[in-house]
Amino acid sequence: MTSREKILAAVTRNQPASTPLPDLSVFSGDTDSVVDKYISVLTGIGGTAYQVGGYDEITGILNAKFTEGRVVNTVSELHPHHQVHVFDNDIHGLENVELAIISAHFAVAENGAVWVTEELMGRRVFPFICQHLAVVVPISQIVPTMHVAYKVIGSKNYGYGAFIAGPSKTADIEQSLVLGAHGPRSMNVFLMAT
Amino acid sequence: MESNKDHAALAEVFNKDEDRVDWHDETLWWIRQKRDKNVHQLPEWELLRETASNIKHNVLSNLSTYLEQFEKSALANGVKVHWAADAKEHNEIILGLLKQHQIDRMVKSKSMLTEECGLNDYLATHGIDVIDSDLGERIVQLAGEHPSHIVLPCIHKKKGEIGDLFHKYLGTPSNVDDPQFLTETARHHLREIFLTRKAALTGVNFAIAETGEFVICTNEGNADMGANLAEIHIASMGIEKLIPKREHLGVFLRLLTRSATGQPITTYSSHYRKPREGKEIHIVLVDNGRSTQLGREDFRNSLKCIRCGACMNTCPVYRRSGGHSYHTAVAGPIGSILAPNLDMKKYADLPFASTLCGSCSNVCPVKIDIHQQLYKWRQVLVKAGYAPAGKKIAMQVMAATLSSPTLYHAAGKMGRATIKFAPFAVNNKLNPWYKQRDMPTPPKESFGEWYAKNRGK
Amino acid sequence: MRVGLFIPCYVDQFYPGAAIATLQLLEKLGVEVAYPKNQTCCGQPMANSGFEHLTGGCNRLFVENFAGFDYIVAPSGSCVLHIREHLHDEKQEELAHAISQKTYELTSFLTDVLKVESLPSRFPHRVGMHQSCHGQRGLHLSSMTELVAPAFSKPGSLLKMVKGIDLIELDRKDECCGFGGTFCVVEEAVSAKMGKDRVADHLQHGAEYITGVDMSCLMHMEGILKRQGSKVKVMHIAEILNAE
Repeated sequence: MTSREKILAAVTRNQPASTPLPDLSVFSGDTDSVVDKYISVLTGIGGTAYQVGGYDEITGILNAKFTEGRVVNTVSELHPHHQVHVFDNDIHGLENVELAIISAHFAVAENGAVWVTEELMGRRVFPFICQHLAVVVPISQIVPTMHVAYKVIGSKNYGYGAFIAGPSKTADIEQSLVLGAHGPRSMNVFLMAT
Repeated sequence: MESNKDHAALAEVFNKDEDRVDWHDETLWWIRQKRDKNVHQLPEWELLRETASNIKHNVLSNLSTYLEQFEKSALANGVKVHWAADAKEHNEIILGLLKQHQIDRMVKSKSMLTEECGLNDYLATHGIDVIDSDLGERIVQLAGEHPSHIVLPCIHKKKGEIGDLFHKYLGTPSNVDDPQFLTETARHHLREIFLTRKAALTGVNFAIAETGEFVICTNEGNADMGANLAEIHIASMGIEKLIPKREHLGVFLRLLTRSATGQPITTYSSHYRKPREGKEIHIVLVDNGRSTQLGREDFRNSLKCIRCGACMNTCPVYRRSGGHSYHTAVAGPIGSILAPNLDMKKYADLPFASTLCGSCSNVCPVKIDIHQQLYKWRQVLVKAGYAPAGKKIAMQVMAATLSSPTLYHAAGKMGRATIKFAPFAVNNKLNPWYKQRDMPTPPKESFGEWYAKNRGK
Repeated sequence: MRVGLFIPCYVDQFYPGAAIATLQLLEKLGVEVAYPKNQTCCGQPMANSGFEHLTGGCNRLFVENFAGFDYIVAPSGSCVLHIREHLHDEKQEELAHAISQKTYELTSFLTDVLKVESLPSRFPHRVGMHQSCHGQRGLHLSSMTELVAPAFSKPGSLLKMVKGIDLIELDRKDECCGFGGTFCVVEEAVSAKMGKDRVADHLQHGAEYITGVDMSCLMHMEGILKRQGSKVKVMHIAEILNAE
């Protein structure tokens, strides 16, 4: 008998009579003032939100804020101010990226997160290995809660996806909050008017 | 973790430094308060807990089906699936994978399961170098210790002690204890590790039966840094981590971090479904006693645990005894109902390391009846013969006295200060009650005697 | 309405004042109260130590002594919780269950059954209210800080009816005192530390008296107060509600 068979047999023998799954339709979330809520939650977790009218505005803010270092961009609309990066296989070479610019599918008001899948990241490690992260998301795409978030995700196919909520952080040393544990030291979310 | 002392003895040692106990207690209480502040913003909180508990019950009651469904989906995604009946097999599978790829250095993010299995020590004896990448875990690893808390591994360590460790092992100047500076040092140290390790091991917070994907939650981003730079990603998961569908993540991701630290969500909630092109993902499904616990009707709900640590933060005993006093990988109230399943003799003390105050059950995001299970484990352990002989005799005498009004009244009259059924009342230096407390002044007469005089006919 | 008075063993032996106050308070409110003299203990000390199988004798006595009453009332949340959750009698399980569900902790009896809205009592002192866990989290005598639910307190509402009382606020509204039955000796270090911390919270807010629904918690805290040489006293809630 393999371990697989052994485990499945023991589980089958020991599991209780089946109970139904609960109804999730009771949870949705209030769509009122999701923009304000998103901005206040993101700020609370150490991120920064900008409401912008167009891509030029983003470029202006980023150029003023990040004057030095390597900038890598995956958002084609920001071209030509930020060269769109074509990734090679040397992901370790991303180690010196100062600013990474990506777009996200949507944002979540209740927790400040954005949802990003692999194809928007360029490379999976990209939004983690950079020193600072900029994310562009349409302001019309803010959902109130995680319940709505997973409704939007539905059964879409992806190899890898992540909710990212604020800069990388730790409070492991005496509960003192430090931003920039291993990943980005800052997260800048641009809420783009539509 | 290896110790012959029980929880009470280890906690007594911990309590020798009262300032430190106060500091430990206050720190964890502060996290409990952050949790309260956050969850009170959600009017639907209690319904969310109830829903999560019911989802997990459905999972436990259909676990074999979900396991097979998950395996099938994961395989279709190009992920390799391994099954480990116990800790030993889990460790052997991982060593085998590393050997197969001729890898002798691995980076590892937080996984309490690998703590439970003693993976690091096992790999070390086989010449594999493992570096823990969670900052707190790296700190306890440098100190030659184990995590004292499942979410806050080095919550027992003061920043000065961490500064000394960093000075010794990472070359920081002596007497530097600034958390910002120490974290920055660790960032540079661990980036080097992430960039040079071909194998990364992670834990799993949730796995989705329907899609074969699994989710890892971190604040630091260390799991993603490791896994997304490595050639081979090994994910160790207990078989109880399954949930049926993606939509159920909506419930659990709302509960997990609010309960754990009072944050609305962890910085990263990463969904791994397929390996990167040309790379590998391996999932190790581990039983290690879980199927046995599933068969214990009174205790199976403990398998609903999502490892948030809220029961530890709220537990007045945990806060004042420190995680290491529990001498098991998962400390605190939840650890005390999980551990006896693995070894009743070794962990017979843990269900007694509680006042049964019930705060743990109230904060539990999946509504595990933790304090009720502690009570039930006590009954099981005593019946299985794991009560100290002295206690057994005392209990038998007490039961005999209290089963007879005559004996009870006689015992009371004999002297209230030494009344037998109050084991804490015997006034001598050997009695622990008197170390830090006095007894009430014995009254002239009992209520029964007063009543007979004043009301009785 | 005939009420059987259930006095926990350690209250009978060490704190007859709390028992007398309970009796007098109920009589004052017009209740016919009787104290069956052959009662001993609810059996909790054994059960919480893992010896529930030795509580048959206590169970039989409890059923014998309290079978004939409309209600059974006790000045203890902990003992009542034990009766409600664990009273059994193999030979007459239905009777045992009926008795267990008619057993009330004093403040819940005053609030839920007698629906007391005013009291003739007076207690002009600063008082700290200790939430005993079994009464609070077990019998739901008051709301709990862990839960997202409306705030209420049965003992608190009763205390507010007492003239002249000055109820203090605590930093930790419902933390356990660390008594825990045999926990208090088996885990002496943690138990005593928990007690010291609870007492300190009351002292820091200027309590003259610490009260609560369970004399066991109060005995533990009294032991610490006495050892510290404090003048602050513990007093069962029945004594305050009965004070004139």
